[in-house]
Amino acid sequence: MIHEFIGDLGHIFVVIAFITALYSAFSYFQGAQAKQFDKQHFWKQNGRIFFYVHALAVAGIVFSLFYIIYNHYFEYHYAWSHSSKRLPTHYMISCFWEGQEGSFLLWLFWHALLGIIVIVTNKFWEAPVMAIFSLVQAFLASMILGVVIPGLDLKLGSSPFILLRDAIDAPIFQQQPNFVPEDGTGLNPLLQNYWMVIHPPTLFLGFATTLVPFAYVIAGLWKKKYREWVRPALPWALVSGAVLGLGILMGGYWAYETLNFGGYWNWDPVENAVYVPWLFLVAAIHTMITFKNSNTALKASVILVITTFVLILYSTFLTRSGILGDASVHSFTDLGLSGQLLVYLLFFTVGAIVLAIVRWKEMPTTEKEASTYSREFWIFIGALVLCLMGFQVIIPTSIPVYNAIVELFGGVSNLAPPAEQVEFYSKFQLWFAVAVGLLSGTGQFFWWKNIDKKQLKSDLALPVVITLILTALVVVFKNVAEPSYIILLMAGIYTAVANGKILVRVLKKNPKLSGGAVTHIGVGLILIGVMFSAGYSKVVSLNTTGMLISKESSSEFNNENLLLFVNEPKEMADYQLKYRGERIEAVDISGYLNRDDLKATAIPHLVVAKRDITVDDKVVFQKSDTIEIAPENTYYEIEYTDKNGNKFTLYPRAQVNEAMGGLLASPDIKRDLTRDLYTHVSSIRDPNEEPDWSDMEEFEVSPNKNFFVNDYVTRIEKIERIPEVEGVELTEKDVAVKVDIIMQGEDKDYLAQPVFLVKDGMVGRIPDEVNDLGVKLTVLNVHPERNSFSIGVNTRQKNWVVLKAMEKPLINVLWSGTLLLMVGFGIAINRRYSEFKKMREKGQE
Amino acid sequence: MKTSHIIGIIIIAVAIGIIISTAGDASSYVTFDQAYAMASNGNGNSIHVVGELKKDHQGQVVGISPTADKLSFTFLMVDENNKEQQVFYNEPMPPDFQRSEKVVVIGSYHDDLFVADKILMKCPSKYQENTVSAEM
Repeated sequence: MIHEFIGDLGHIFVVIAFITALYSAFSYFQGAQAKQFDKQHFWKQNGRIFFYVHALAVAGIVFSLFYIIYNHYFEYHYAWSHSSKRLPTHYMISCFWEGQEGSFLLWLFWHALLGIIVIVTNKFWEAPVMAIFSLVQAFLASMILGVVIPGLDLKLGSSPFILLRDAIDAPIFQQQPNFVPEDGTGLNPLLQNYWMVIHPPTLFLGFATTLVPFAYVIAGLWKKKYREWVRPALPWALVSGAVLGLGILMGGYWAYETLNFGGYWNWDPVENAVYVPWLFLVAAIHTMITFKNSNTALKASVILVITTFVLILYSTFLTRSGILGDASVHSFTDLGLSGQLLVYLLFFTVGAIVLAIVRWKEMPTTEKEASTYSREFWIFIGALVLCLMGFQVIIPTSIPVYNAIVELFGGVSNLAPPAEQVEFYSKFQLWFAVAVGLLSGTGQFFWWKNIDKKQLKSDLALPVVITLILTALVVVFKNVAEPSYIILLMAGIYTAVANGKILVRVLKKNPKLSGGAVTHIGVGLILIGVMFSAGYSKVVSLNTTGMLISKESSSEFNNENLLLFVNEPKEMADYQLKYRGERIEAVDISGYLNRDDLKATAIPHLVVAKRDITVDDKVVFQKSDTIEIAPENTYYEIEYTDKNGNKFTLYPRAQVNEAMGGLLASPDIKRDLTRDLYTHVSSIRDPNEEPDWSDMEEFEVSPNKNFFVNDYVTRIEKIERIPEVEGVELTEKDVAVKVDIIMQGEDKDYLAQPVFLVKDGMVGRIPDEVNDLGVKLTVLNVHPERNSFSIGVNTRQKNWVVLKAMEKPLINVLWSGTLLLMVGFGIAINRRYSEFKKMREKGQE
Repeated sequence: MKTSHIIGIIIIAVAIGIIISTAGDASSYVTFDQAYAMASNGNGNSIHVVGELKKDHQGQVVGISPTADKLSFTFLMVDENNKEQQVFYNEPMPPDFQRSEKVVVIGSYHDDLFVADKILMKCPSKYQENTVSAEM
């Protein structure tokens, strides 16, 4: 059955959201332009009501889409392609933003929420600011409108409420138009991770918050309040900087922890598209602070706030129009929205630039040049460095755009992005980072407008000396040899030390003002952490056996990976490694289950326990319990023993990902204070492939007599007549015998339970496998007269795994730096918001 | 000369430097023939070639042969001039490879074999199926 109602309802909400956004923009515009108070009041009231209705409609869209996903209405394309029946509820929420339409919806939702906050907190600026807000909302709503304009043959937007049969041209729909698939294709298992639940909303909240300062600056230019817009915009710019920064960092951490891209940052165009606006936003925050303190850098603030928002629109265009297709690994599809996205981008870019040019002459400026001995001068230089830093990234990232433009004019352009992205960007960004480090360390020692060279010298002396000593110590003890790294290290230490001194001073006076110092210490730590973890990441899984893992592989692969057979110890750097076997994760409990303890059933995600299963000495499953597992994930238990005999275990993962056509490895990380040990599998036995079994070897043995299978001591422990065998119906005349065979492995005993049965005079044999040891045992025959059994043995290569381990030194310095950065932003937001509130209470804003 | 002029000049100089270096480090999209010509002329730079995987009449991808250990593989790729070329990639087959609509290989010729250092793929839709059948 097709549930048409809910989809229609959702679609109506989209249309309502679009129209109310337009009405609200129009009303607020009238309200901002009106001269008389009562007209102002009337239009403002109107705009507000429409915006509230708009927000309700957005909530309605969210509700409808979630209803469809939650109730598994797979007749809808969105539910079918992003969800499935087995998906837990928290991942259903993340289905929302897996698709493009849903991520537009998320963006709309955040804007609606932010709009309400702006209305409630700031009556003074409401009309002009909300006019911009509503206009942006109208553009965004049009992206999910999915309406064809009659006569023009123009399709506006791509609706998330489209039915599967309308989205996909499959033959099945010609035979049965009402066909509903049994199950959805699901959320990609690779994305089934808690980061998928929290990272996209954070990033989109970051995107959404950049609208607020932009709306204020446009309102300021429009209403000729050139100075006044800064105060209410500044706390929002800080919020935006914090949230967007957090979103970027979460993405980096997710990549590091799960996705096994090898690191936290790859200079992929999609990553760059978020990084660049953030840099400009940080530059804007600095010039805004400068303006508040010294009345300079107003024009720079205007330009930077506008640029930040335009860059957000530009990155949206880059990542969603399909233009990056050839250049990015995060391949996004063109939903046919490129034209619409371009109009959105150009409308606000051109509009903002024209408005700024018209008002340019009227904007107040200071005639006097800032002295080179003033803080405003150095902050301004810092902001310029940040802009250049962003500029250096956006220029190569935009290469596909140049090609498109040249081709638009009939030319041929075959420029491609640099082949070695990481090296290319790193060699430039390193020096910008050094400049950022030095400037953020020094800038704070200058006074606003003040020139006191002596004071400056005595202030700087101590941090410089400490920096030099610390750098020298680190260079010697950590063996930093590369000159550019030494300089980066020094810049990082300098920022941290200099701002540490500032922090001590500020804390004594007024802790509320410590935001800047804390943030800059964070920046310093990030620089140090990045330098070490990226520059001195080293492979520790060196193959010193002299034997090749695979003749067909590169020498790099053979040298940097270790081949581990199950339970055979191997030396690696300072550790002894033992591969303990394959593990499976159960859905309901945490902890890993041994694959040897589980028997597969016809349904991939259900298995049966062969015996009682204990995790941490607690029995979690009884024998014959049915257990729900995540069948696509296999964990490889690797036991590490260090020189002091301390043991720890890592569980790197490999995922069979049909949707992505292969095996995906995820690392497991041992976190130490000074370094991370990053381990992932680089080759495994394909779990779907039937292994090569040796020819069968036969033994005739009596119970409790030892014999040797593949060098393992083996014996028959118990013989048991069983009343039933799964899949076979037994009558009274039939006999089934289960033979318990114990194999003594290196560390523990393994149990195999082959079955021998006679049914209707026919012999049946059900072999059992000891997965770890690579042995399959079959009861070939029973000889009651001699009290013995014929046991057939097949062997295969023992279980193995090829492992790569890397050491990432001082990566915790990076993470703690990011944490400080966030704390610093938090302190600054608090300070600027209370400033704004004071002014509002005075009736100024 | 005012300080702001000096700063302005430095900024412009750095910006121009960035643009020039980008142009210098930028790779280019070429066809297999051009890439081959470049390699024969001793130009070993990495370049991008855009194309599709070779398919038979039914639209099945053909010509993919992984090595025995699946750690590397070769495949047949057809560039925009319909030239067919065997490409070697010294990594396991990337996820989604067979489903890709378009493939970009970054690398260079080593004799008659194109060795890819990196493969980028454009998929019909990010993680999305493009057909549905009754069994699902």
